[in-house]
Amino acid sequence: MDELIAALIAVAGGLTGGIVGVGGGILFVPALTIFLGLTQVEAESTSLLMIVIVALVGAYRQSGYGNVDLRAALVVGALSPLGVLIGVVVANSVSERALQLSFAGLALFMAFRLVRRALPAEPR
Amino acid sequence: MAPAPELPSHSILKLAAIGTLAGAFSGLFGVGGGTIIVPLLILWFGYGERLATGTSLAAIVLIGLLGALAQGGIYGNVHLLTGLWLAVPAVLGVVIGTAIQQRISQRAVSLLFAALLVAIAIELIIQ
Repeated sequence: MDELIAALIAVAGGLTGGIVGVGGGILFVPALTIFLGLTQVEAESTSLLMIVIVALVGAYRQSGYGNVDLRAALVVGALSPLGVLIGVVVANSVSERALQLSFAGLALFMAFRLVRRALPAEPR
Repeated sequence: MAPAPELPSHSILKLAAIGTLAGAFSGLFGVGGGTIIVPLLILWFGYGERLATGTSLAAIVLIGLLGALAQGGIYGNVHLLTGLWLAVPAVLGVVIGTAIQQRISQRAVSLLFAALLVAIAIELIIQ
């Protein structure tokens, strides 16, 4: 039963990934910890493996639809380890709460900009 | 085939910034880089939502691969069999998800993404 629920959550994670272009880890990690009994660290690592597979298939499908800029993806992907290093340095020098609130603020700002861009201009 | 727009050097710098930010945030918060990559490709580069999400998935392959290799190789925390079998329904989901995405408006994708960002922000704030 737990396996079935985990599988359904995995489908939902993949769906989310396919529609909005994220890896799906937001749903894979709880599926792995709550329903399959992995620890948080094990779940995050295992989720990463799933994300690679899901993103690979998703990117392949999207490239079939003509929706992948491969050069941009390579530049973004190749620079990410530098970011991880910077992230570790920052995490060791700033309080976790400050980081959470900063990222929450950034997420809300980007959400606002996306909505502003997506919604039609004010009625004339 | 993928559109291949000209990439002037300032664009490469912006892409490098997106990659660095994505790596930093994924390291800090365990959120996939997609949370950063998709909105910045749309807002900074004016990519359409479909191109932004497809490009994000391709970048995530590389980001996740580098991360998974580090985790699996250094810490040995990856549960290989569990991850592989659970990836089967997840792949089914992503195939259906990308197909659905071709049939809804790009505007709807932006609004769904905004909803996801708000949910992430709320989760971070109440933690």
